[in-house]
Amino acid sequence: MKKGTALLEVKGLRVAVQGNEILKGIDLTLRDGEVHAIMGPNGSGKSTLAQVLAGHPSYTVLAGTATYDGKDLLDMKPEERARAGVFLAFQYPVEIRGITNSYFLRSALNALRRERGEPELDPIDFLQVLEAKLKAIGWDDSMMNRPVNEGFSGGEKKRNEILQLAVLEPRLAILDETDSGLDIDALKTVAETVNKLRSPNRSFLIVTHYQRLLNYITPDVVHVLADGRIVKAGGPELAHELEAKGYDWLRDAAMVS
Amino acid sequence: MAHVEQLVGSYRAWASNGAAQAPTWLKDLREGAIARFHDLGFPNMKQEAWRFTSVAPIAEGSFALAKPPARIPTLEDIRPFLLFEAGYRLVFVDGFFQPALSTPFFDDVQSLAHVVTHRQDLVRQHLGTYAATLDRPFSALNTAFVSDGAFVHVPAKARIAEPIQLLFLATGAKVVTHPRNLVVLEREARAAIVETYASLGEGVYWTNAVTEISAGDGARVDFHRVQRESPRAYHVAATQTHQGRDSTVNLHTVAFGGALARHDIGAVMAGPGGTLILNGLYLLAGTQHADHHTTIDHAADHCESHEYFNGVLDDKSRGVFTGRIIVRPGAQKTDSKQTNNNLLLSPDAHADSQPQLEIYADDVKCTHGSTVGPLDPRALFYLRSRGVSEHEARRLLTYGFAAEILGRMGVASLRAQLDAIVRGRLAES
Repeated sequence: MKKGTALLEVKGLRVAVQGNEILKGIDLTLRDGEVHAIMGPNGSGKSTLAQVLAGHPSYTVLAGTATYDGKDLLDMKPEERARAGVFLAFQYPVEIRGITNSYFLRSALNALRRERGEPELDPIDFLQVLEAKLKAIGWDDSMMNRPVNEGFSGGEKKRNEILQLAVLEPRLAILDETDSGLDIDALKTVAETVNKLRSPNRSFLIVTHYQRLLNYITPDVVHVLADGRIVKAGGPELAHELEAKGYDWLRDAAMVS
Repeated sequence: MAHVEQLVGSYRAWASNGAAQAPTWLKDLREGAIARFHDLGFPNMKQEAWRFTSVAPIAEGSFALAKPPARIPTLEDIRPFLLFEAGYRLVFVDGFFQPALSTPFFDDVQSLAHVVTHRQDLVRQHLGTYAATLDRPFSALNTAFVSDGAFVHVPAKARIAEPIQLLFLATGAKVVTHPRNLVVLEREARAAIVETYASLGEGVYWTNAVTEISAGDGARVDFHRVQRESPRAYHVAATQTHQGRDSTVNLHTVAFGGALARHDIGAVMAGPGGTLILNGLYLLAGTQHADHHTTIDHAADHCESHEYFNGVLDDKSRGVFTGRIIVRPGAQKTDSKQTNNNLLLSPDAHADSQPQLEIYADDVKCTHGSTVGPLDPRALFYLRSRGVSEHEARRLLTYGFAAEILGRMGVASLRAQLDAIVRGRLAES
């Protein structure tokens, strides 16, 4: 595969939350158009990595750097990262009372359009943009007039994240356990949507506990995270190896190192 | 208690002069009520129902009974308050009915003073039947001074398609008005009503209102109440509903105004199969204090009630919510749900939320929940992670808190009017 330029370069990243060090030195390079998977057992720091990259305020960066498109990512506010093309599909999407899904998504899209110097979309123009994206995830617009994620099932919430991904068209999409809690049909829909969005100008960081999503989305690189460190990296075959052998052998390896 | 004596004195003067020609039954009603008020006096904070609210500014203030306005506002003056959808309209200024600004409908949408003589039997049957005065000094005082207000009567099976607007405007200062409203829907009747209290000035005045609503068997009423008094006004009110079998009452209430506002909402579900929605919003800033005291009385079986109250409190404001739900013996299959969420936009804002469930039946479903706190940091991050600025995210979340309540209202032009007020308030903060 032809190597593009580095979109995201993480070096020696150490991160703590409430005084506990969760990430103990992460090095990671994600090039344009690549799909990387981050796998690892519970508590290994996978979600922390995803959230730190999106700018979650609860985490403290102790050391290291993260460079995104030549900029110091860690110095940017969450909204600045989003406007620069970073997107996090949340593991636990948040319910927002009183704001319809449609209004929320249009506000978000218009924030990005303002940044790019493009005219804002009114509700009617927006509906046209939305229609094709809705079809892709198998929704009609009835989900758009409900408050954001309120009363949504687990699967609906995850689909809603993927819908946002499709509408906002980021350069770097981080999927934080988007597959957890999905039945096989929803999983396939999510995977198909992601595969359609794969392009030389878009990179994915897919955080997952299980290998099954990677049956449908073939990653370029699989990283294995254990106890806050990347203990192994390889091609898509590594995911299958993990599925067969579990994580215990890695945890032992991490303890020894 | 000098002020109690003063009010009683002002009643005596009024009763022997301006109100002397009332029918006997009405005089008796008033006499009984003033005696009750005299016995009760003003409530104090040692009483459970008034734990969080001091009425000292009212009890120690001096308010003369309002006189007819020196200058009657023009239609242009009141336009900001009007709903273009409204089919019929009753306008009161300082408590006095204004025929020139109103569009009544025969004797069915009329001033109470008019129908007290023209539809005496009907009024007598309902007036004072629902709103308790036994332990309610303010309602007793209102009943003593009952003279005018809005009257809405919807005959059996009739449906009034367009909303009816009841508008109470204050222009005076140092005065008290006692608006008294009566809404009667006969069996299977249907109507939507919007009751608005507003001010044309910035004066210190006191509104002491009572509204009684009776929904007959199978009737449906969508009742909206908007309190946007002067920020220096005192507003005390009671809204009491009474429901027959299989009836629906949707009661929406919004409180924006007043230095001190107390609203007692009582709902009696007297017949089986009734549905009730109490949907309320209070949006306060500065040193405003608003107290909502709700009582839902499940007196019959197979009724459902849903209560949603959201408070948005900025600066040093204080919001009080009490949600009492009584399920009487035999009111089986009651389904009752109550939520009260309070958003504190400032560290000096304060909210008190107390559910009071009294359940005397065993086969019922009753849930309640309340929250008091600042904006959810998870929601803030969620919005920011989508490119929305922190400032805009705060505004959006706060707006959503209010919009959740407004969204349940069926009258589109009212929703738009209130939405604009909410957006205006948020733009200031």
